[in-house]
Parts: sequence; structure tokens; C-alpha cells
Amino acid sequence: MQLNFEHQITAHCENGVASNLLKNKGLPISEPMVFGIGSGLFYVYLPFLKVNHAPGLSYRPAPGWIFNRLAKRLGLKIKRLKFSDKKKAQQALDENLANNIPSGLQVGVYHLPYFPEDYRFHFNAHNLVVYGKENGNYLISDPTMEEVHTLTEAELEKVRFAKGVLAPKGHMYYPIYIPAEIDWEKAITKAIKKTCSDMLAPVPIIGVRGMRMVARAIRNWPKKVGVKKANYYLAQMVRMQEEIGTGGGGFRYIYSAFLQEAGQKINKPALTVLSQEMTNIGDLWRDFAVAASRVYKNRSNQDDVYNKLSNDLLHLADLEEAFFKKLRKAV
Amino acid sequence: MKKSEVPQDNGRVFEKGSRELYYALDEDGQYTTQLSTGWDAKTVVQDQTMLVLQERIDKAQQDVRDGLVSPIVYFMELRRMDWQLLSDYTGFWKWRVRRHAKPSVFHKLNDRMLAKYADTFDISIEELRNYKGD
Repeated sequence: MQLNFEHQITAHCENGVASNLLKNKGLPISEPMVFGIGSGLFYVYLPFLKVNHAPGLSYRPAPGWIFNRLAKRLGLKIKRLKFSDKKKAQQALDENLANNIPSGLQVGVYHLPYFPEDYRFHFNAHNLVVYGKENGNYLISDPTMEEVHTLTEAELEKVRFAKGVLAPKGHMYYPIYIPAEIDWEKAITKAIKKTCSDMLAPVPIIGVRGMRMVARAIRNWPKKVGVKKANYYLAQMVRMQEEIGTGGGGFRYIYSAFLQEAGQKINKPALTVLSQEMTNIGDLWRDFAVAASRVYKNRSNQDDVYNKLSNDLLHLADLEEAFFKKLRKAV
Repeated sequence: MKKSEVPQDNGRVFEKGSRELYYALDEDGQYTTQLSTGWDAKTVVQDQTMLVLQERIDKAQQDVRDGLVSPIVYFMELRRMDWQLLSDYTGFWKWRVRRHAKPSVFHKLNDRMLAKYADTFDISIEELRNYKGD
């Protein structure tokens, strides 16, 4: 059984699942609009939380928030279910498929067989859609992949019940209601204001302040934890930043695309101008990643490299602070 | 970034038969999408990470061989886990998992307890019990 569902590759999994599920339900919405209206751009530094043996860093809000905020602002209703019983989790999914409902799932990536070895970490906030079942295998639309895949019942159960931080607990979700009328202007304005207040939050570990805190920490890494560990921390940071089009540059480009589309949709040329500025900031994030990757090619002057990276990040924080202040005034 | 600048450096995702999507500007300054086969800057940090993880695995293997730790530590590293995650998967408290990492304690574990580790590591009880770091 295969449901009528169009798989489309996107830059980021949660946006992609939301966009693909909503398109399927009859609401055409692009990935950048999902990301922007869901206030997906974020930054938080969690030095006390070690992820893969390195300080925790996130470029997005907690899993599910993007879709939830989007739903709230557009007046959609999403059904969300979590399970303690693995059998019941599978039953509920099978019932959904029988009722012609493609369903979003939160999964862990470590046990996903179609993922490249280098990407298989115990990261539990990945999202995909199940859109059918054939010969006992589930048909999988993973929005970060070009092609669709299949998973056996056992494989799907494993990823739905991955353990650890943000354990999915069989988490399944799908839109159940889409309003006839949507006030896009209100939704877009609200979403942009939220992103501005997040990025400018008066909290030392969040937004541009979080970026500055990381910048200060980077400078001391080689002395504090030794060059070897510092290099490893940095690699993790860049990995989180640029993995599958997300985080640093990738997210800035999606946000720029959102500002451009939103500016045209609600006729606010100021957003289009700011979109260009954000694109330039995105380019600088990518330059930062390139500079960081040089650490592994050229091993001389380690302190200089870390000082330079620290300065680059401080510069990015300054640019983004100015940017979000302007954006806040524009809406 | 312009559409023409989206990197095509054949990275790990491409090796597995997929590409990644980027948002980039077309010639008229409008946002559009472009698929990328990978980006060297990212591949470099990926490779670096894999290198460090392999070192951890090799060290654990050596430690098992030298009788310093139990096979649990080796398989934990091999599966990219840490104490907390192993505790989450097995249902044992973290301090107990750490105790089971001692060879002397590990040898006394019964099959029921070993099975929890073996399931987590996706291996048989025999493989776990008889792993000597070779």
C-alpha cells in the first residue's frame, strides 16, 4: 500500500517533513516559509552538556518547536502521539497508513541504514515521513535524502525507540486541520519578532550573546584543554554548524529565502533588502567553517588560528546583533 | 551564496548516493535551490572526527587486550556511545555500567545482564564475553 505522497528533498529535516506533510494536506508552503514562520533560527550554547564528548551547541530550537510554532501561527492543528509500548506505536502507524494519513516520525539517526557512516551519531531529533507499507517494509520519505527509502518493521522500531538525549519515544505526528483562511501577515510578523527576541535575548548562552560566549571559549580552548581536544571540539562545532545544510550558513540562507518570499507575499520590500544582508552574513558563516577546517590541514600557529576564529565569531555576533535590531524595526 | 557557487566536492552523502539541498541566489537575485555533492570544509571536519573516534576505539581495544577494561568499553566506543547512553539503553544505573567496565566484575555478570549489553551492541552474548581485544 502506497499513499499518494510527494517526496521532496529539503535542506533540513523538520522543515522538510512539515512542508511535505502540509503540501500533502493541500496547503502549499515552502521550506523557507516553514522555517521562518516556525522561528527556526536559533543559537544556544550548552557548555555543561557534553554531546559526542564535546560542549553542546544548537542552532535550532528543541525538536518539534518549529512545526508547533508554525501550527500556532497559521491556526493548524497537529496530532502528536508518544508511546511507551513499541507494539502500540507500530499499530498506530499502521492504522494511520490504512486511513490514508502519511505520518511524520521523530527518529534517532544512528540506526538508519541509508545514512552515511560519518553521519550516524546518536542524534535523536531527526524527522521523516512514512507514506506506505509494502511487503512488510515501510516506505520512507526522509527529506534530507534525494530518493525515498524503505525500512523493515524492526529497523523502524529501532530508530523510533532510540535512547539517550531527546529520545523520540515513538513520537508520531500529522496535521489534522488546516483553516480555510490564513492571515499570513500576522503570522509572518509574529514569527520574525520571535526570532529577533530569541537572537537578542538577554541570556548569556542564547542568541548573539551565546555566540560571544562561544567566541571567548574558543580562544582559550588550546590552553585549557590542549590542542588535540580543542581541535576535536572545533570539529564538532563545525559539524553541527554545517551538517546537511543546517546551522550556520545553511540556516542563514534558508532564513534569507524566507525573508525574500515573505517580503513579496505581504508586500514589505524592507524584508527583501534585509534578505540580502542575511545572505552576506551566511557567506561569512561559511568562511568561518572554511577557516576552521584549515586547522586540520596546517598545524602551525594553532593559537593564531583559534584567536582568528574567535574574532571571526565575535564579528558575526556583532553583525547579527545589528541585523536583528534592524529586522525588529522593519516589522 | 550564488547558485553557481554551491560546492560540488563529492562528500560522504554523495558516496551513499544522495546529494544535499542548498538555498542560493540565481542571476536575478532570487532565491532558488541547488543540489550539492558535498563541501570540502565539511568533509575535512568529518574525517577529523572519524579519526578521533577511531583512536578511541583503538585505545579501548588495546585496554581490553591489556586487561585494563572489560569488552563493554570497546563496544561502547565502537557504537559511538558514552556511559550515559549505555545506561539508557541497558537500563542499568550509570555507576553500575562503569563497574561492569572492570574486567573482574564483568567476568561475574550472568547471561541475563550480558544479554542487555549484547542487545544494545547488536552482537551475541558469546561475542561480548569472548572478546579479547584481537
